[in-house]
Amino acid sequence: MTSLPNREPGASRLGLVIDLDTCVGCHACAVACKQWNDGGHMAPLTDTDAYGSGPDGVWFNRIHSFEAGTEQGGCGSRTTNFPRSCLHCEQPACVTVCPTGASYKRAEDGIVLVNEDLCIGCKLCSWACPYGAREFDQDVGVMKKCTLCIDRIHNETLAESERVPACVMVCPTSARHFGDLADPSSAVSKLVAERGGYDLMPELGYEPTNKYLPPRPRPALALDERVTRDSANDDLPLHGLLKWADRILAR
Amino acid sequence: MHPAFSIIFFTSAAGAGYGLLALLGLLAPFGLLPASPLFGLAALALALGLVVAGLLSSLAHLGRPERAWRALSQWRSSWLSREGVAAVATFLPAGVFAIAWLFLGGGVAGVAGWITAAMAAVTVYCTAMIYASLKPIRQWANPWVPRTYLALSLMTGALLLNALLGVVGQASAWSSLLALASVALAWAAKEGHWRHCATARAVSTAETATGLGHIGRVRLLDAPHSEDNYLLKEMGFRVGRRHAVRLRLITRLAAFALPAALSLGALVVGPGALSGTLALLAAAAAALGVIAERWLFFAEAKHTVTLFYGAGEA
Ligand code: SF4
Ligand code: SF4
Repeated sequence: MTSLPNREPGASRLGLVIDLDTCVGCHACAVACKQWNDGGHMAPLTDTDAYGSGPDGVWFNRIHSFEAGTEQGGCGSRTTNFPRSCLHCEQPACVTVCPTGASYKRAEDGIVLVNEDLCIGCKLCSWACPYGAREFDQDVGVMKKCTLCIDRIHNETLAESERVPACVMVCPTSARHFGDLADPSSAVSKLVAERGGYDLMPELGYEPTNKYLPPRPRPALALDERVTRDSANDDLPLHGLLKWADRILAR
Repeated sequence: MHPAFSIIFFTSAAGAGYGLLALLGLLAPFGLLPASPLFGLAALALALGLVVAGLLSSLAHLGRPERAWRALSQWRSSWLSREGVAAVATFLPAGVFAIAWLFLGGGVAGVAGWITAAMAAVTVYCTAMIYASLKPIRQWANPWVPRTYLALSLMTGALLLNALLGVVGQASAWSSLLALASVALAWAAKEGHWRHCATARAVSTAETATGLGHIGRVRLLDAPHSEDNYLLKEMGFRVGRRHAVRLRLITRLAAFALPAALSLGALVVGPGALSGTLALLAAAAAALGVIAERWLFFAEAKHTVTLFYGAGEA
């Protein structure tokens, strides 16, 4: 059913909170995601030309790097690593546009999934997702997406501490947090409240569940003139061998 | 957005087919069309042939075409599903209309014809709403899209009808006038759409996509992968400005200016072999023009996912 489910008032909203302050952009989460899901619920995550010159493949998690504040000279701008995956939106048009009923949102925890046995591979859901969270598997002819590791988080054969998404397990800086964002007393909800967690593209009205924590404010650094000084014009006090090397190199 | 030929052909061929079908259903009951069954057969075959060819082409776009029937199930929420249901449902009144018009005549043909016309319009509207309901693409999510789709469907249908009448030597003033008026309407709608795209402000920016706008302007430093991926191939399609300008010129000329001039010519010279030829040329030019228009419709549409890959606004 691609109509959205009736979500009971107390129903949980499982999702991720991603800390852009601590993420170092190591891509470990993307790799762990690929590894787990290649054998998981949505398997396989097909790659084409994996060792050739134009490798391509299905990834549920992709890490971008942005520079924010480009108009601020010197040390004013911030480099921010930015993991991007499905946000398990409350108003997911990716689900309602689906003509077959393959895409659905779970009433009990809000996770958005694709039933690969129903999908006709029309790709419309990937057009309807503003965040680029859905990827088409050329090989199988169906759409794939992040499952929030549905086969880990409810998996009783795993130790309780491991019942979190693979990306959260692996993150070396603990920049990724998993929990119930409908419960105001959960650790993730508190983190969002404390750090001013926000939605991506709120103007489109998808009401993402996943939240991003902004980089912490940093004291403004005065421009260090040693950084910007044009060293080529410097009259460095050079003697002997150094002076000779400088002359050779300057040729 | 990637301009897939299967979808370009589907929307333009089925649009023309539904336009012609609607006009046949509307006009036949008034006795405005030639009574010969041969004309009826040819006209219906052309209309339904275009519709079926278009629908088959749309299947070519699917990853799993053998499951296409499943797309009829989610009409409560999905415009694509509604379109499928409307397309299938239109064949019912269209079949009744065809039989009644060709063999029986009278009231049945009238009622069935009008129902067919209404269903054809509903189907084209559903096609347009598939695109108009996608918020991540602002060039599509606006009321100009259904207007353009409906007007272009009417236009191509009217030009085909005028050409058919011309071929059997029955082109008349009203059919040329109808063609002319529908070209004017469609041209106005398309210019309205282009103006909307050029003037409406971008809804989303790299700043809102990343939420880093409070720090300042945002630019991409590093993309996740060195090579293009599905997202970029499907939604990151970019058309060069020069190509866009040239294709708009082709669209204006082939889809609108030429068919208008040729229809006007057909009107002026009056019924005969010459006006028939002019009407045929008008339809042929429009076919080329509408394909160019539809190619641009996709190529110029900018998806918000591009904001994560270096675009400033979408
Ligand atoms: S991020 Fe995209 S795929 Fe995920 S729920 Fe939201 S709209 Fe759907
Ligand atoms: S690609 Fe599959 S999941 Fe996506 S809208 Fe089409 S049928 Fe539904």
